[in-house]
Amino acid sequence: MFETIAFYLFALLTVVMFSITVFTRQALYALTALAAGMIFISAFYFLLGADFLGAVQIIVYTGAVMALYAFGMMFFDTTRHVNEHGRSPQIVFLLSGMAALLIVVIFVTPIVSENVTARYPVLEGVGNAQAVGMVLFTKYLVPFEVAAVMLLVAMVAGIVLAGKKMDKSLTLMEEEEIELSKQSQEKAV
Amino acid sequence: MELYLYLALFSPLAGSLIAALFGAQPKTLFTGLLTSSLLGLSLVSSTVLLVHILSGGSAVHVEMMTWMATGDLYIPFGFLVDQVSVTMMMVVTVVSTVVHVYSIGYMHHDKGFNRFFSWLSAFVFSMMVLVMSDNFAGLFIGWEGVGLCSWALIGFWYHKESASWAANEAFIMNRIADLGMLIGLFLIYWNVGSLQYDRFFEAVTLLDQSILVMIGIFLFIGAMGKSAQFPLHTWLADAMEGPTPVSALIHAATMVTAGVYLVVRANPLYEMIPDVGYFIASLGAFVAMFAASMALVNRDMKRIIAYSTLSQLGYMFVAAGLGAYWVALFHLMAHAFFKALLFLGAGNVMHSMSDELDPFKMGGLKKSMKWTWIMMTLASVALAGIWPLAGFFSKDLILEVAFVEHHYVLYTVLLLTAMLTAFYSFRLIALIFHGEERYKEYGSHPHEAYTFMLIAMSPLALLAVISGFVFKGSYFDMVTAVLPATEYHVHSPIVFWIMVIGTQLLVGLAIAFAYKKYQNAKIDKVFEERLCYKILRNQYYIPDFYEEYICKPYRELSYVAWKQLDLRIVDATVDGIASLLYKTGEQTHTMQNGNLSTMLRWMVAGTVLLLALGVAFTVGYSVVAG
Amino acid sequence: MEITLTHYLVLSTLLFAIGLIGVMRRTNLLMLFFATEILLNAVNIGFAAISRYYGDLTGQMFAFFVIAIAASEVAVGLGLLIVWFKRSGGIDLTTMTSMKG
Repeated sequence: MFETIAFYLFALLTVVMFSITVFTRQALYALTALAAGMIFISAFYFLLGADFLGAVQIIVYTGAVMALYAFGMMFFDTTRHVNEHGRSPQIVFLLSGMAALLIVVIFVTPIVSENVTARYPVLEGVGNAQAVGMVLFTKYLVPFEVAAVMLLVAMVAGIVLAGKKMDKSLTLMEEEEIELSKQSQEKAV
Repeated sequence: MELYLYLALFSPLAGSLIAALFGAQPKTLFTGLLTSSLLGLSLVSSTVLLVHILSGGSAVHVEMMTWMATGDLYIPFGFLVDQVSVTMMMVVTVVSTVVHVYSIGYMHHDKGFNRFFSWLSAFVFSMMVLVMSDNFAGLFIGWEGVGLCSWALIGFWYHKESASWAANEAFIMNRIADLGMLIGLFLIYWNVGSLQYDRFFEAVTLLDQSILVMIGIFLFIGAMGKSAQFPLHTWLADAMEGPTPVSALIHAATMVTAGVYLVVRANPLYEMIPDVGYFIASLGAFVAMFAASMALVNRDMKRIIAYSTLSQLGYMFVAAGLGAYWVALFHLMAHAFFKALLFLGAGNVMHSMSDELDPFKMGGLKKSMKWTWIMMTLASVALAGIWPLAGFFSKDLILEVAFVEHHYVLYTVLLLTAMLTAFYSFRLIALIFHGEERYKEYGSHPHEAYTFMLIAMSPLALLAVISGFVFKGSYFDMVTAVLPATEYHVHSPIVFWIMVIGTQLLVGLAIAFAYKKYQNAKIDKVFEERLCYKILRNQYYIPDFYEEYICKPYRELSYVAWKQLDLRIVDATVDGIASLLYKTGEQTHTMQNGNLSTMLRWMVAGTVLLLALGVAFTVGYSVVAG
Repeated sequence: MEITLTHYLVLSTLLFAIGLIGVMRRTNLLMLFFATEILLNAVNIGFAAISRYYGDLTGQMFAFFVIAIAASEVAVGLGLLIVWFKRSGGIDLTTMTSMKG
């Protein structure tokens, strides 16, 4: 009973939050709604007994990813209204049809795949974090390491890409200097 | 003996290929000498083979390599030198060698000297393949090769509109006939399962009469094209557009004799179908008369000789059609010698008259061109069939054949034709070499040809004189080893002598009349107004008939096909497909507007489509399975 | 009323559809990144739910890797965005038409 209430509550909250993210014209709202949605999603993980995944969700998304986005937004100066053009009405059309279709597909899938057997069954008498650890560091060790290397590469790439010409700080410049540098950039382009 | 066979066959090819290397270069005397000497080698090898055969040796039969072997079809590159083919080889190589040597002088000033010799040798090679092959497929290769080379040689001066036209005419006419030939070959393969001569001739007795008749008719259609029999004869006279040595080669040794050779070679077949043979003989007699009548009034030296060839081919077909194959082959040989001589002599005359062809503009040339005069007169005497020259023995034999076989109509026609032949031959001689020197009005300076050209011609002159009475006996003994050995003798000696002397007298009268009438070359205006003259002058209006009733409707049909079928249907379909694709691209290129947002939308649309398909497939599958 | 796998899957689909709407609707690149995050998370819910109802940890494993990939994507993506912003002064999709065919 409690679980049912929790599910519907969180489902409603997530859908609302993500809808705000998608439909709002305020970048800041979108970011905040997204962060909220991420936390609500972690609630589902807890409901599903995947405690560790829920923790990771909160740490990674709300902690790391959202912080990155926040910094990015400051950099891009998109705190104002997001100006978006070229909306066409047929999208809505397309979307509703597609969403319906996808739902149908997903409904069908579990019926089709009823006889799936677990390859790595959940161990009895062990906590979720421990179980995840045991599977992750035995069966999925190589993918785990690869993922780790990939994160490292991504980090290096992010620093290198974003770090070019970091010596020029727009915040420390005077207005004229900024205009000048902008003009010189335009010339270069 | 195999070595000599290969030498005889392939040395012309070698000469041709080597000369072809220099084809685009300006004149190099070397190519002429090389091809001539290689042809001489071929002549020597053929002679060795002839001696071998004459001394009682067996026929040389080699299988060089397999050409086609698929399923039941087995066609080798096999070559056979027997009594018949060795005769042909001798004729071809003797005449060709003479023509080659002669051409060195004749083509002296021509820009395409090397090209000429390359094609000339290729021509001889094709003819050698034709006569030496031991199966119909090889014969057909040679047949087509001869057609191709004749095209190139007739149209040798391709910058002349008329030469290109004549070359194409010859090629197309031959193609029409070759279709008949090809059908004949298919029928043979269909019914016998092999194209080898020996296999076919063995099977001939077992085959159904109607099939034999079909095969005989279709093969003869092929022969009609190559030997220019009515109604496919028009190309032969137009082929005079080529250089004169080529005319000599086409008319004497190669090309036109191929048809006669085919009928002689297929003699076991034509033995079985005497009706078709009789048709061939009748057509031959008709053509003999028909061509001779056109030669009577023509005013083009080379065309007159060309019609004479046509007429003599008619004689050969009479003999072949009546079953006297050895007589046909004998006349072929004798005719080759004096006709080549006649053409080469005409070439000399043309050369000295700066390519003038109308004999009415010559006259009195015997002073300045003594040797040419002698040789051409000899050739004409031989052609007319005066004893003891070659024509008497071969041509009168054909008359005897017709008489002995009780075909008196054919005999009468041939006798008349013999008179006509004598008349037009000596009309030509009288116009060119006797009478007033009319050429002076046209500013020509006649001169005798190079000495080596005359020397090259002399073997032909000798053969034209002696080939009749020297060779006849031994030739008969040799060739009847493979051909039916029928002797044609008129039983009553009185009738025989009346025939011989009568023929000689008639021919002599015709010659005398020709001299009398044309000694002074008065152009008879009244005569030229007459209908019969006009008909003959215009070749019985047959070229006009072809132009009007075959070429024009065909052109119109082609025009309609072009406008209606090609443009409206074929082109429209192709253009439609192209424009469909083009328009699709035109309409959809807005998808590629570079806007990532649009691309994302398309991507989603694609995903949805794929998912929909997947669902539809799954549902459909479960419905069908369930 | 028991909450079944189907409930979770419907939720997941719903969130995925919302994400797709975002992907198609947004022309601001940063907003587009938000939408992709929604897509990834929608899928993650599906994974976790299936893992739970089949008693198999593989689903959770995949969710982990998806999170890892999402994190790297954000890092690299933001780096690229910054470079682009420096060059063109804006991150609006409609201005990026250099791939026009």
